[in-house]
Amino acid sequence: MNGQGSVLAKGVPWPPSVDEFYLPGWFYPWITKFTVMVWIALAVVLVFFLVAYRNPKLVPARTQWLAEEIYSFGRNGISGDVMGHQDGVRFAPYITSLLAFIAVMNVMGIVPLFQVSPSAHIGFPTALAIISWLVYIGAGIRRHGFVGYMKLTTIPPGAPKWLYPLLIPLEFLSNILIRPFALAVRLFANLFAGHFILLVFTLGGFVLLGSSTVFLKPISVLSWVMAIVLTFLELLVALLQAYVFAILNAVYLQSSLAQEH
Amino acid sequence: MNLAAGVYGSVAAIGYGLAAIGPAIGIGLIFAAYINSTARQPESAGLTRTYLFLGFVLVEALALFGIAFGFVWQGTK
Repeated sequence: MNGQGSVLAKGVPWPPSVDEFYLPGWFYPWITKFTVMVWIALAVVLVFFLVAYRNPKLVPARTQWLAEEIYSFGRNGISGDVMGHQDGVRFAPYITSLLAFIAVMNVMGIVPLFQVSPSAHIGFPTALAIISWLVYIGAGIRRHGFVGYMKLTTIPPGAPKWLYPLLIPLEFLSNILIRPFALAVRLFANLFAGHFILLVFTLGGFVLLGSSTVFLKPISVLSWVMAIVLTFLELLVALLQAYVFAILNAVYLQSSLAQEH
Repeated sequence: MNLAAGVYGSVAAIGYGLAAIGPAIGIGLIFAAYINSTARQPESAGLTRTYLFLGFVLVEALALFGIAFGFVWQGTK
């Protein structure tokens, strides 16, 4: 970026480049750090739920209680709340898996040694958004048939006929094309911006410490305190974005499964 | 000509600041409406929370597009 960052704090690899993504060794271009982090996130979710349900009790202990709380939140709080009981329970495993997986991936953004979330790499939110897109369109087509589904998504109920030439392309654009794009960009940009903010305040502290003016040096402490405060904000954002991704999936599914008007 | 002031580096940050005004007002309106409705009808808090987050993320997406496109069009001069 115009060479403006090249004199930043000593010992900090700056500016970061795409090379930072790669792991050394024989798997050089194929397996990046993000790939490994996604595997870890998947393993954490899988192992947690398997261990919690390995030996279920009628009166749950702590691990089982936590797993049941998470599932009940996904099932009743998100899926059932938005889609109604019947469809809600049917899609609850999908919604809850999304919730748990994205939450673990996002929280990696503030876990030491990871420090960046796989969601901050546009490739992974894109894959999740494509899956959501296939699921809500597939569910709609299975319920209403292709023509019925297209009618349902592109023609808003109660609109006058002479508005159709304007409404149908707009609704198609917003419901079929913009939705997955917005899903991916929302998750990506939130996590990416969060990573950026933490970086700005942490490196800003180093720059202030290294400045030639004596009065600026103590302000570096303030910058680092801000970095710590914003880490808590990032925790909130990480969990909120997982919730939001799950709830948007539920809302899209609900609009696909809705009865004909 | 002797310039008294100049701008170096990227001015994209200023552009993003301008782009964030609209979504900021929108998010403010959404949370104001939620607080209003909860104050008038506290039992409805759980009922309207879904819509709160739904509206919030749809407006927030516009601000986030600003971040993403800032990088997408970085190379175009």
